[in-house]
Amino acid sequence: MGIVIFDGVAYGMLLFLIAVGLSITMGLMNFVNLAHGSFAMVGGYTAAVLMGRYGIGFFPSLLAAFVAAALVGAVLERVFYRRLYRAHPLDQVLLSIGVAFVSIAAFTYFFGPTMQAFQLPVLLEGQVSLGGFEVGRYRLFLIICGVLVLVGLLLGIGKTRYGAMVRAAVDNQRVAAGTGIHVQRLFFLTFSLGCGLAGLGGALSLGMLGLEPSFPLKYLVYFLIVVCVGGAGTITGPFLAALLVGIVDVAGKYYLPQAGAFLIYVVMIAMLLLRPNGIIPRKGLA
Amino acid sequence: MKTLALSPTQLRAIEVAFWLVVGCGYFLLPDKLTLLSQVLIFGLFAVSLDMALGYAGILTVGHAAFFGAGAYAAGLFAKHAWSEPFTGLLVALVVCVALGYMLSYLVVRGADLTRLMITIGVCVLLAELANRLAPITGGTDGLQGVVIAPVLGFFDFDLYGKTAFWYAFGIVLLTFLAVRRILSSPFGLTLRGIHDSRKRMLAIGSPVEARLRLAYALSAGVAGIAGALLAQTTQFVGIESIGFNRSAEVLIILVLGGTGRLYGGMIGAIVYMLVHDAFADLNPEYWMFWLGIFLIAAVMLGRGGIMGALSRLVKRSAS
Repeated sequence: MGIVIFDGVAYGMLLFLIAVGLSITMGLMNFVNLAHGSFAMVGGYTAAVLMGRYGIGFFPSLLAAFVAAALVGAVLERVFYRRLYRAHPLDQVLLSIGVAFVSIAAFTYFFGPTMQAFQLPVLLEGQVSLGGFEVGRYRLFLIICGVLVLVGLLLGIGKTRYGAMVRAAVDNQRVAAGTGIHVQRLFFLTFSLGCGLAGLGGALSLGMLGLEPSFPLKYLVYFLIVVCVGGAGTITGPFLAALLVGIVDVAGKYYLPQAGAFLIYVVMIAMLLLRPNGIIPRKGLA
Repeated sequence: MKTLALSPTQLRAIEVAFWLVVGCGYFLLPDKLTLLSQVLIFGLFAVSLDMALGYAGILTVGHAAFFGAGAYAAGLFAKHAWSEPFTGLLVALVVCVALGYMLSYLVVRGADLTRLMITIGVCVLLAELANRLAPITGGTDGLQGVVIAPVLGFFDFDLYGKTAFWYAFGIVLLTFLAVRRILSSPFGLTLRGIHDSRKRMLAIGSPVEARLRLAYALSAGVAGIAGALLAQTTQFVGIESIGFNRSAEVLIILVLGGTGRLYGGMIGAIVYMLVHDAFADLNPEYWMFWLGIFLIAAVMLGRGGIMGALSRLVKRSAS
């Protein structure tokens, strides 16, 4: 029982890392970005190639994954996304499906359709004893990463000047712009940050989910569930939702293998019936 | 640019000509009848999506849920109960309208994001269900052993797809005319009003949510008929007829043709399926790449699709 919850929490952290950027994009810019998984994939492949071909260590590769995904996000924001912030959601959906398709095709072309090989660093291999449980070091590492990012984001959004500007723009874009906040630059930075976090999550998922070119669409539903159930535009919402999704999914696969992924969709629909605006409805970022 | 003015009678003549040309496909491409039937079926599917998305403005990326549900309903009905085709269609229609109406309570309320999520979620859920209930649906192998009785007791479904073509043509034409009638009725006008300004429609006392629910259910029913047609003409239901990829495909077809226009779905299906057929040897990844490029270009260069481009050339004259 304990180990199932532990694995579920680790899985949830991974989902949180990837989906929190999506939550910010949807909440701040009202942009329905179905290509968010592609940024995670960019990060994952960057890390895999750096480690596999150039023999760079795991931790520098994680950093590189963050930077690469953030850069790709920044470029795409400049070229495409920026023009569609005020467009109809259908246009945003179409554009982001297009981006996801192109990324899947491109990655298949360059890296082949197979799953990327991944070797855990020695430091994170094996088990460690924690309060009587034998838990995987890698999963423990994932949980630590997730908590660090959560704390970092909460402090960054809650205590810094930049965070205050983001909160203001989420609450009321026009008034925020009126007080002299450069909303467009804010969007640009925040979008890149969200993409970078997705890249970090993608790199970390190498050891847990596995990475293949179909990644953006395969896990898209999970990211959307996390954002939607948690409440778009918040940080603690997706965190709680990711934990819920992670635990339910792992427990479902463990105790009810014949139901498979089924359980999670049922939970999603039930949650959306109970709380149509998410666990934590948007009232500023918190 | 000079626009061509067309009177309503001329427009009607063009509509008749369109269907005549499609019917003539039987004589023009006699060795591609299966493809032609599929073009018709996907055209109808895209029209059903247009009812929900283009007319009612319900953002849905999970319409394959109804297409697949109709296909499985018709297939299972033919396999286990009765193999008469028209009854099968009716069963699929009833199942999908009921399913659509139930789901509409979830879909109509909430913001665009929630809608999107619910439609995708339901679609993936049904796909997973079809996958898990392998003893009934055949799982990933698809539903096999569907035998459909001759249409009207005379016309057997042959190997060359002749009966299948005329059967699909007839049903698609009839359903299309029904959709056309519905959309030009006061109900259809209400939908346009809601699409353009929900607040004003509420202000003039239109029951917005009830109208949207009905539109969604009808659209689900039409999608179900399209799915049932595919199941009956191919006598097989594949697991891929339900799921996210099929939903994205039909969305692409509709966008290619043009949303919010009656013929957008049909034209989009013709172009998409013929191009797809011409490049069938191409690696699926390349196909996906060009689809992605097309989607990005379609959004960036302005919307409207083929019908949108045509409508800029042609103007409806008053008389």
